[in-house]
Amino acid sequence: MYLKFALDIVLLIAALAFIIGLRQQSSPDTARRGNLISGLGMGLAIIAVLFGPLQGAVNNYGWIAGGLIAGSIIGYYAAIKVKMTAMPQFVSLFNGFGGACAVLLGTIELYRASAGITSPGVGELLIICFTLLFGSVAFTGSMLAYAKLDGIVNDAKITLPRHQLINTFLLILTCAISIYISAVEGDISLLFVGTFLVISLIYGFSFVAPIGGADMPVVISLLNSFTGLTSAAAGLIYGSQIMLLGGILVGAAGTILTVMMCNAMNRSLLNVIIGGFGSTAKSGAAAAGSQGPIKEISLPDAAILLYYSKSVVIVPGYGLAVAQAQKDCRELDEQLEENGVSVKYAIHPVAGRMPGHMNVLLAEADVPYPKLLDLDESNPVFPQTDVVIVVGANDVVNPAAQTEPGSPIYGMPVLEVWKAKHVIVMKRGMSKGYAGVENPLFFHERSKMLFGDAKETMQKLVKEVKAL
Amino acid sequence: MEVFVQFYETNQLLIWLLFFTVILGFEVISKVPTVLHTPLMSGANAISGIVVLGAILLLRQSEPDDYLTLIVGTLGAVLAMINVVGGYAVTDRMFEMFKKKKQR
Repeated sequence: MYLKFALDIVLLIAALAFIIGLRQQSSPDTARRGNLISGLGMGLAIIAVLFGPLQGAVNNYGWIAGGLIAGSIIGYYAAIKVKMTAMPQFVSLFNGFGGACAVLLGTIELYRASAGITSPGVGELLIICFTLLFGSVAFTGSMLAYAKLDGIVNDAKITLPRHQLINTFLLILTCAISIYISAVEGDISLLFVGTFLVISLIYGFSFVAPIGGADMPVVISLLNSFTGLTSAAAGLIYGSQIMLLGGILVGAAGTILTVMMCNAMNRSLLNVIIGGFGSTAKSGAAAAGSQGPIKEISLPDAAILLYYSKSVVIVPGYGLAVAQAQKDCRELDEQLEENGVSVKYAIHPVAGRMPGHMNVLLAEADVPYPKLLDLDESNPVFPQTDVVIVVGANDVVNPAAQTEPGSPIYGMPVLEVWKAKHVIVMKRGMSKGYAGVENPLFFHERSKMLFGDAKETMQKLVKEVKAL
Repeated sequence: MEVFVQFYETNQLLIWLLFFTVILGFEVISKVPTVLHTPLMSGANAISGIVVLGAILLLRQSEPDDYLTLIVGTLGAVLAMINVVGGYAVTDRMFEMFKKKKQR
């Protein structure tokens, strides 16, 4: 009796640890400790659930230990091996595994109900179906998101004509099956369970298929909240309050993050899910036919321009992450600061592949916090800026978002870098950005191109500035 | 209708907890600055691995000779544990960079 009481208290502490941990992650000073507290909470929760008194427990500790240890080792190695640039993909991948676990739980519970081992009521069955369905969407959706971000899958190739019709049909179908299973109180064949599982998995894949381009982070955040919700639903199945609490916390977190990301792009969530990006990209590209000559700038010229300016703003993008040029960027910053040039960084909310992606990279390179300006702080600064260096960013500095109503990114708030006196665009080539849209900035009268790999170019630029 | 009333009555506290937690989650998250969004998403994702508890509960209640349930449950535990440990480790790596910066 006292064991149950003690472990219940442990679970209470775990729940508080999740809340306090998440709370502390909201400030850079306490963030790491917050993550540790949340992790300790998870450890406590696992111990309490492992040893808590349970009706009809056979325990099977060998199987459990094997699963937990194997998962821990794989997860730990994956986490320490992954490169910082691949972080968004990995969050998506890990999230998919959590979803996969929920799918397995939902499937086995449905199987047990159909085989007569358990006899859940209508409410329980609805929850089991919900776990299976949302777990499937989180699982296959996250896997596809991972594949898309990693460049394994091309967006355009997996979108079918009338894709939204198909998705709506699949959604209605899966909901109808869930209601049917609940209505007949689990009196279904094993084949029916399998069919439901397959359709749910296909729906998850199909749900993410038409979404691409700059919308990818929004989807990952959304799928993250789905996993949270399925964890909560699984908590209802097994009568575990801690699972319910943790799952709902994540569900709420993912939802809030998703909404914030949509706001940053000036689009509604529905618009993102429907996948407006792919369908309108063609008309946008056709409209952007106004191209003048592009101007290149040589390295020494760029160095001199930077050296004799008063204020420089660096606009980082995904290209910086790919080239791992953040440390060289910081070096250039230091060189210029020594010569009395004020250097700031303008961070667009969706620069890179995730909100905060650039902040993480620049923090890795020890760029001080106050040097980072967000979108609202940056735009008033540009007209007084001498030189803007765009490092591997494209869509977030595209003036078409303000001037061309036909463009797929029209209406998205952008960094108005063209208001500065000079713009140096560092780029590997004339390729389009992630959204697949032409960028008139490159043809702008104040823009000069500096072609090459961001890291190499940065290093050369630092040398040139040092030599002056 | 009767079944729903019955369901609500037996699970009343859980349902209350659910609504309170939604509000709590919104409150805790809405005060996070943009810089911390990526690590936070990762940190929240690690917590969603709590579904591992479901796999543990399933395994503990399974008959020792019900190999289908045992295998499915163990596989679930492996997958969810990857989410938990990988999630926390990756999040820690991201936050570590913020900390280094603070020492300067």
